[in-house]
Amino acid sequence: MNATVEKNYEILKNDALQDISKWQEKARVLVGTATCGRAAGALEVLDIFRKEVENRQLDVEVMEVGCMGHCYAEPMVIIYKPGFPPLCYGSVDEGIAKRLVTDYLENDDPCFDFAMAALEPNDMFPTFEDFPRGVYEQKIVLADCGLINPEDINQYLARDGYSALAKALSMKPAEVVAEIKDAKLRGRGGAGFPTGVKWEICHQAVSPEKYVICNADEGDPGAFMDRALLESNPHQVIEGLMIAGFAVGASKGYFYVRAEYPLAITRLRTALEQAREKGILGSSVLGSDFGFDIEIFQGSGAFVCGEETALIASMEGKPGIPNHRPPFPAVSGLRGKPTVINNVKTLSYVPHIIRKGVDWFKSIGTPDSPGTAVFALAGKVVSTGLAEVPMGTTLRTLIYDVGNGIKDDKPFKAVQIGGPSGGCLPESSLDLPIDFDSLQQAGAMMGSGGLVVLSEDDCMVEIARYFLEFTQKESCGKCTFCRLGTKQMLEILTDITKGQGKPEDIDLLLELGEDIKAGSLCSLGKTAPNPVLTTIRFFRHEYEAHIQEKRCPSLMCKDLISYIIDPAKCSKLCDACVGSCPVEAVYTKPDMLKDIHQDKCVKCDNCLVTCLPLYQAVVKVSPPVAVEGGGNHE
Amino acid sequence: MGIQLSEQELTEIRSVTEKALQKNNADREKLLPILQEVQHNLGYVPKQAMQQISEALDIPEVEIYGVTTFYNQFRLNPPGKHQIKVCMGTACHMTGGHIIMDSFARRLNIKEGETTPDREFSLERVACVGCCALAPVVVIDEKIEGKVRPTRVDGILLGFEMEKKSQEKQKQEETGESQ
Repeated sequence: MNATVEKNYEILKNDALQDISKWQEKARVLVGTATCGRAAGALEVLDIFRKEVENRQLDVEVMEVGCMGHCYAEPMVIIYKPGFPPLCYGSVDEGIAKRLVTDYLENDDPCFDFAMAALEPNDMFPTFEDFPRGVYEQKIVLADCGLINPEDINQYLARDGYSALAKALSMKPAEVVAEIKDAKLRGRGGAGFPTGVKWEICHQAVSPEKYVICNADEGDPGAFMDRALLESNPHQVIEGLMIAGFAVGASKGYFYVRAEYPLAITRLRTALEQAREKGILGSSVLGSDFGFDIEIFQGSGAFVCGEETALIASMEGKPGIPNHRPPFPAVSGLRGKPTVINNVKTLSYVPHIIRKGVDWFKSIGTPDSPGTAVFALAGKVVSTGLAEVPMGTTLRTLIYDVGNGIKDDKPFKAVQIGGPSGGCLPESSLDLPIDFDSLQQAGAMMGSGGLVVLSEDDCMVEIARYFLEFTQKESCGKCTFCRLGTKQMLEILTDITKGQGKPEDIDLLLELGEDIKAGSLCSLGKTAPNPVLTTIRFFRHEYEAHIQEKRCPSLMCKDLISYIIDPAKCSKLCDACVGSCPVEAVYTKPDMLKDIHQDKCVKCDNCLVTCLPLYQAVVKVSPPVAVEGGGNHE
Repeated sequence: MGIQLSEQELTEIRSVTEKALQKNNADREKLLPILQEVQHNLGYVPKQAMQQISEALDIPEVEIYGVTTFYNQFRLNPPGKHQIKVCMGTACHMTGGHIIMDSFARRLNIKEGETTPDREFSLERVACVGCCALAPVVVIDEKIEGKVRPTRVDGILLGFEMEKKSQEKQKQEETGESQ
């Protein structure tokens, strides 16, 4: 059996190498068309390249690829041209796309002005490794993202794809389990549970039928690494899921993908079909006697379904309400059968560990959390996007070196890590090495790795209110503490942001928080108070300013601010603010100075943004200007 | 509520639901995929479809209703011709997603979750579309747009208005020619 699998794999790989060799020697353009690229206009750019190449009859291959993680520079384009290093271009618009075709593809000017970095060391242009981000980043699961076409299985095969599966098939399932256990791989979905232990429990369970499920219900607002992985390199996840299936003795696998990710679902579906055609998926995987197939199940938009037992309930056609554990799904899961549920990232590491060995994996990261972590950088950080760094990297490195600091050089205030389950950490926590245990100690959580950077313009009470609103909406309602407790907390927080808070509210919030933690069954409720508890712990003064002075120090809470025009800065001759106001609240006084009708103003920010680059005359003030009988009307 | 459905609409609901049931072998475990398919084809899950599914799967109608209302994805009323979804993820919220939502609500004169009386637009919030790097994000029908400012809201709606006008003009010309 061993030899057959090896032979079959060799055939597939050779076919793949031959297939891609037809364009490997010629010039090619790779356009990143993952969802983030599309939001920035990648499809229009792709269209221009296709049209221009065709119009000029150039011998150039134009391909769609996934996301490289540099989302701040979307749409991104990579151009390979013989005789030049592969170059990566950022923020490409239709004009730049045209220039690249005429100047670079047709002639030989690589337009270095538009280039971000080269992909290989050369004498002409710096590479990503020449920037701090490239130095700190160590890509494992993101390594091929943005470089291969996710809808072409041959590109994955040509990069040694599915070789780990072939290797695993020649091992005993127990050996595969032992390998993952030995690698100390921890679940990347948030909790950091040892994956090998989970597999072992399921492996040892006796049942004629077992299942493996890939949890791609990335409901955390602020996290998008699972989406990027599925859109950029679906085969990597499929390979991981298949190895998991083989290791625990399952013959059926599922992808539970949230419905908000249509492109991920399409690309995954294509990938599964191609794997089936190649004999990788099906009754006899690579000619072995291991039969395995995978189905996609679409989630329906419920955050709580990321929880294992709720996920299973929803797959069985019920509302996604969590159940008490034990029994753990690994013993009794889907349809009462032993079921392993792993996150997209967790499964993506599996092929690499099998291929490169346990020692290699353990040499990266920290002793208790080996490997890398993928973070989604968002918020007020300059270089938003995905970054993969070794576990144990400090928050400071991640935000200032990898993320290039805070936008507009504003002071850093806090970092919200781990989504609604996590917490807000202040500047004093910046030197914390990030791994599962250190963050838990700091009162936050790794969660799935969403990292929202907040600057002085962000109000900490408002962000706590935001997360409570989210968890309160998403609470399934099973546990009283979670259902009613979060509602109560939300009401108190809303009052505070409106300037109607009472001095005793802070203690009440702390008390409620502890009760909800103790009285909830699943992690949604157990972690729901985290954002409130951490913001009170580190930013109590902001709560007090809202309650005692009816003032929002960050000038964010709508009810506690007013927009006014500073007469000293107003130019008198410009009408930009008047024109931009959607409700005609800004008007010109007889002396040509502008002013705002406070009773009409809807606080939409338009006038401030339009005036900002010119005169910066519009300013926000808190506490708000009193509106009495028309206030400051002339 | 209280939408009057024409006989033609009722027939369509019946046939769409029947097809969804057949495709999924009227299997209880397939309840979510069945509801998803009905919504995919009709834009919402009508009461009549829930009744039909309840009969076919032999589960009480109230349970189907329970499942449908539990999940955020399902809509109980027909959506507008154009669906505007404002992302309310953390990054979008902190960069002004709520201002964008307010702007749409003010311009369309509806609240979030509602449809304009002419059934042209519906306004919804989504938890997160996973495009946080380009916040604030809005999904217009199927197209995602990043870094939306309140002024862009006016632009988006103006675009639809102009498109509608040019279509009407074209229609008028066509009918004018045929006369």
